[in-house]
Amino acid sequence: MSAKRKVKVAFFDFACCEGCQVELTNLSDPIFVGLLDHIEFVEFREVMKEKTTEPIDIAFVEGSFTRESDRARLEDIRKRASIVIAYGACAATAGINAMKNHTTDYKEYVYGKDAAMPHLDSQKALPISAAIKVDYALHGCPMDRAEFVRVVSDLLHGKQPLIPNYPVCVECKMRETVCRYELNDHCLGLVARAGCGAPCPADGIPCEACRGFWDHPNEEAIEEVLKSKGGLSAERAREKTRMFTATMRRDA
Amino acid sequence: MRQNVSINVHHLTRVEGHGNIVVDVKNGKIEKMQWQVPEAPRFFEAMIRGRHYSEVARITSRICGICAIGHTLASVKATENALGIVVTPQTVKLRTIIKHAENCDSHLLHIYFLVAPDLFGAPSVFPLVPTHTEVVVRALRMKRFAHEWGSLLAGRTTHPTRVIPGGLSEYPTEAELKNLKKRLIDLQPDLDATVKTVLSVADKVPSFERQTEYMALSSDKEYAVYDGVIQTVMPDGKKQRWPVADYKSCTNEYVVPQSTAKYTKNKMASYMAGALARFNNNYDLLHPEAKKLAETLKFKPLCFNPYMNSVAQLVEVVHGVKDSIRLLDEVLGAGYKPEDLVKPKKFGRGQGAVEVPRGILFHEYGYDDKGMCTGGNCIIPTNQNHGNIQLDLEALVPKLLAAEKDEKAIELGLEMLVRAYDPCISCSTHYLKVEFKR
Repeated sequence: MSAKRKVKVAFFDFACCEGCQVELTNLSDPIFVGLLDHIEFVEFREVMKEKTTEPIDIAFVEGSFTRESDRARLEDIRKRASIVIAYGACAATAGINAMKNHTTDYKEYVYGKDAAMPHLDSQKALPISAAIKVDYALHGCPMDRAEFVRVVSDLLHGKQPLIPNYPVCVECKMRETVCRYELNDHCLGLVARAGCGAPCPADGIPCEACRGFWDHPNEEAIEEVLKSKGGLSAERAREKTRMFTATMRRDA
Repeated sequence: MRQNVSINVHHLTRVEGHGNIVVDVKNGKIEKMQWQVPEAPRFFEAMIRGRHYSEVARITSRICGICAIGHTLASVKATENALGIVVTPQTVKLRTIIKHAENCDSHLLHIYFLVAPDLFGAPSVFPLVPTHTEVVVRALRMKRFAHEWGSLLAGRTTHPTRVIPGGLSEYPTEAELKNLKKRLIDLQPDLDATVKTVLSVADKVPSFERQTEYMALSSDKEYAVYDGVIQTVMPDGKKQRWPVADYKSCTNEYVVPQSTAKYTKNKMASYMAGALARFNNNYDLLHPEAKKLAETLKFKPLCFNPYMNSVAQLVEVVHGVKDSIRLLDEVLGAGYKPEDLVKPKKFGRGQGAVEVPRGILFHEYGYDDKGMCTGGNCIIPTNQNHGNIQLDLEALVPKLLAAEKDEKAIELGLEMLVRAYDPCISCSTHYLKVEFKR
C-alpha cells in the first residue's frame, strides 16, 4: 500500500451491539484527526450517508454471521475489499451471540407462537470466517482501541500485524494485579487470549475471555481449576466458557 | 400535491442498527408508509438462563454498545431488587454520576455526529473536517471527555467493568474525583460553544407537531435518571404514575410483521420515550442552568415536535454536567471512601429501571436459590419508540406532500425524523421475553 494515497477504509455491521464502532469515537481528537491524514472512510453506515462502489483497501466487519440471508452481503464485502478484518468478538469468534448455540429451543422460548414467522429467522451464531475468508481479527468485547490503531498502523506500513498469543495471566503479572484466585474468586485469564492489558481483574472482576481462547487452551484443566480453586459447582465450571468462547469449545 | 412518490431507504444511515423507511404514494394516495426494522435478532433471553447472578449484567450489557452503562445499571438494579440488596447512598450518587456521563456521552455523539451533518447540509461528519475543523475537533474532544468521565467510575463505558450487584468493584481515588469535578467545571467554554453551534443552525430544525403520550422515570427529588417511578404525561398535561414493578401494564408489548423488534403502547396508540419525554415530564426539576438554556432556545414543555428531541438532549447535557458537580460535592463532603459490596439477602424476582439516552429502560430477572437466573425480560426505549415513529411518519408524509416537496426533500425529512429519535436498533431487537421458568 502506498503511503501517498489515502487508504480506503469501510465499516460494516451484522448481528452485534455496534459498541466496537462506538469505541472509535472515544479515540480522542488528536488520534482520530491524525488517522484521517492517512485513511479515508468511504462507507460507514452508522455515521455516514456516503457509499462507495470503488474497491476498498480495508473492510472492518463487526457482528456475527447468524442468518443465511446475510451470506451474500458478506461475500460482496469480501469481493470489494483487499483486506477483511473481523472487528471485535462477535465477528472474530461469534462472541456473546454464540451463548445460545448449544440450545435448540431459543426461538420458541423467545417468540412462542410467532417463532415460525420468516423474518424472525436465525441460525447458530458463527464467526464471519464461517462465510468468507478473513485476513485478521481484532479480538475483544469491546475490541481494544490501542490494538486497532497499532494494526491499522502496521498495515499502512506494510507490516504483518502481530496479535498476542499467550494467556491474559501474563498481562496481570505485568501490571502486578493480584490473582482473582488469591481473592477467593474465579477467572478465565488462564485460557484467554491476551492483548487487552487485563483490565477486568484490575477492576475487581474475573476475566470472561472476551478475546476468545489463546491457541492452546487446556479446557480440562480450566474446568478443574474453576471447581477446585474457584469454588464453582461442577455445572457452572462446565458451562463457564460459553459466555465468549462457545464456538471455540471442544464440544462446539 | 404530488401524485406519485416512491421512497425506499434501505438500511437508514447515521443511526445505530438497521432500519428501513418505505413510502409508496400512487395518484395522491398513500399506499404504503412503513418504518421497518430488519435487524438480526440476538436472543439474549435464551443466553441468561442458568447463568449466575454475578454474570447476568455482564451479558445483558452486550445488548447495546452505546447504552451499555444503562443496560448494566438497569440489570444490576433488577438483580439487587431480586436479591434483597439495598446499596448505600454513596453508591446511588456515584451510579447517578455514571448515568449522567453516559447520557451526555451519547447525546454529544448524536448531536454532533448523527444530527449535525443534516443541519450543515453534509452527508456525514467527514466532509466537515476541513470546512468546520474547530467544531469537529471540539466534538471529538467532548466525546473523549465524556468517555473518560464514565470510565473513571465505571471502569469502561462500552461494557463497564466496575458496576456489579451490591455496589462498585473498584473506586477512583479522592484526588481523581476532585480532578473530575474540576474538569466538569472547565467544560464550560466547550458547552457554551456547543450551544452557539446549535443556535447557528436552530432555524433548520423542522417544525412538525403531533400530540402523543410521553413516558419517563420520575421522582419528586430530582430530574430522574437513575431512580424513580414510571410517569406519563398526556397531551392535556395530565400526569399519571406507576411503580416500576408494574412496567408490563404500561408497556403492553406486541409483535408486528415489519419488525424484528416488538412494539409497545400505553394509554394512547403509541408513546414516546427519550430526552423530549423526560423534558416534558420533569422540566421543573432541571438544573437552573439547563432551564436557562431552554428559555434561551424558547423551548418549553409540553413540546410536541419530535425533531426537538435533539435539542432536549442538549439541555440534558448541561443538566448532567451541573448535576454531577453537585453530586461530587455531596460525595466528597460526606467522607468519601471505598465501600464493601452489600451481600444478597434472598433469591427471587426483581425489576429495575433507569433512563438511558433514548428513554426509559426496564430489566427484570428471576433467580433460584443458588443464585442462578431462571429467566428475564428487557423492554428497551427504542422498542417503545417504534410505534410512535410509525405514527409520526404517517402524519408527516401528507404534510410534506401537501407542501409540494420533491422526493429527495421528503426522504430527507423522513430520515431526519427517525434520526431525531436517536434509535438504537440493535438494542431493540435483543429479544428478551416475559417468561420465567422454574
